[in-house]
Amino acid sequence: MTPALQARDVVSGYGEVEILHGVSLTLNEGEIVAVIGPNGAGKSTLLKAIFGLVPVRAGSVQLMGRDVTNLSPDRVVQAGMSFVPQTDNVFPTLTINENLEMGAFVRRDGLRARLERAYSLFPDIAPRRGERASRLSGGQRQMLALARALMLDPQVLLLDEPSASLSPKMVDSIFEKIAEINRGGTAILLVEQNAREALSFSHRAYVLATGENRFEGEAKGLLDNEEVGRLYLGG
Amino acid sequence: MTVLAGRFSETFTRVRERLAGRGDAVTGIALWLPIAVLIVWSAVGPTQLFVVGVIVGSIFALGALGLTLIYGVLKFGNFAHGDMMMMGAYVAFFFLTGQVARTAREDAHLPWALDSLPHATDGIGDLTFGYGLIIAALLAAAVMALLSIALDRLIYRRLRRRRSGIVIFAIASLGVAIAARSLMYITWGPDPRVYVSGIHRAHTYAFGIVLKTDQIFIFAVAVALAALTYLLLFHTKLGKAMRAIADNPDLARVSGIDTEQIILWTWAIGGALVAVAGVLLAVQSQINPQLGFVLLLPLFASTILGGIGNPLGALAGAMVVGIAQEVSIELFAPAYKPGVAFVILILILLVRPRGLFGAKI
Repeated sequence: MTPALQARDVVSGYGEVEILHGVSLTLNEGEIVAVIGPNGAGKSTLLKAIFGLVPVRAGSVQLMGRDVTNLSPDRVVQAGMSFVPQTDNVFPTLTINENLEMGAFVRRDGLRARLERAYSLFPDIAPRRGERASRLSGGQRQMLALARALMLDPQVLLLDEPSASLSPKMVDSIFEKIAEINRGGTAILLVEQNAREALSFSHRAYVLATGENRFEGEAKGLLDNEEVGRLYLGG
Repeated sequence: MTVLAGRFSETFTRVRERLAGRGDAVTGIALWLPIAVLIVWSAVGPTQLFVVGVIVGSIFALGALGLTLIYGVLKFGNFAHGDMMMMGAYVAFFFLTGQVARTAREDAHLPWALDSLPHATDGIGDLTFGYGLIIAALLAAAVMALLSIALDRLIYRRLRRRRSGIVIFAIASLGVAIAARSLMYITWGPDPRVYVSGIHRAHTYAFGIVLKTDQIFIFAVAVALAALTYLLLFHTKLGKAMRAIADNPDLARVSGIDTEQIILWTWAIGGALVAVAGVLLAVQSQINPQLGFVLLLPLFASTILGGIGNPLGALAGAMVVGIAQEVSIELFAPAYKPGVAFVILILILLVRPRGLFGAKI
């Protein structure tokens, strides 16, 4: 079966600095895969390179068997992959409704149906659809960011630290939401600082260190792996 | 001299620091109160100047709208905007009369121009100009939209690709401004030009306000275009995408918005608006190549007063600057009009750099 997303030996970085020295990963259809690792391992850069926000210097990225290496983000979105950045992931002066509309920018048709689906998936933000996004709480913003990314019903969703700067209670409900999205058929690749929590609900995981693959395997197996635990999960 | 400059900047910093500590409410009052006083006083006192100020303000508003949209989407202050306004007025003049300067004293006339059309210069109703000027204005808007796009392709897009800083963009736009001005000098000479020569009749209205019908037309067109721009920004997908880019360009790209395409539309809209503003200005007075630079000050003052990047604010800011400039005649010689905009600009930057409304609307 063709994997939903496949990155092969991706080399990438900013300017003179090379951050990823050939990272590979596979995301199968229906999976949640976590990328964990210490700060500066290149986790966020990996997501950005996959999405076309940072140039890939060598290696390739394939989405549903189609080469999307270095495509511009609007093409990547059209090909069926969405991305939720870690911070600043809503348009603060746009209304909730307009935020969602921007998520469906590349399509002309079916906006109304897409909006209704988004609000049924995220009922918390539905009553506030006419309000500006800047008035939402941190958790609600994260919900809106997810909803925006799901507007086109992508096959693959990339999440950069979805739990960052949220209260522990909010973290749980976001992770629950992510699992729900995944049950709906979207394959999810997420980067997490909150490694233990991420592994507990992912199918598989990759451990990244200094821009290279270090470990990979079933999430459960990594949780029990002594070396991974000692080095990356804080004991 | 340097000592003086040093002392001035020291005072400037001190005043600003002191004000910054006072919080939003205080700076808001410090800015709103004098404006309210100015507007009430001028509306009740020199009513005639107030009304002319509203008309001038509506012209500034179209220029300021373009300036603020370009800032919002591209994040730099376009110093060529005043000269683009003049360029728009000259291009319309050219389409209307077919005149260009041949020598310092003499004009060359093209064999055909819009004023050769039958009755093209007959006044519509009580207006001094005919349909020829309206067609010329529409053509000028189109030309300036295309010229703005061309300049983006030629200059600003290259700078974006190199990820140049905003200072580079601003200086590049200053270069464009100088080039545009020189082009106007070469093509149409330094002497003032008018669309329609002769005496313009005026009517007296309630409260002894004397207005030419042209001025009412100017106000109506400016209001209609500002309303259209509002509809565009808040009720079309393109406008929402422009606001999205202004809010968060990275997220706009991530959402799949083709930012380069939206940038071109922004230039086109800003260019068309400023061209019409130039024509309206020329209808009520005369044009000359150096006016563009003089206009830059009130345009920037309007934009910053309204909160840079905020289109509704730009409209409000333009009205305040227009009224303040005209009403200042009551107190100072008319030659100080541009100085009024400069004083307003300094005051806002000192007191409340984010403008009247504090944050973006």
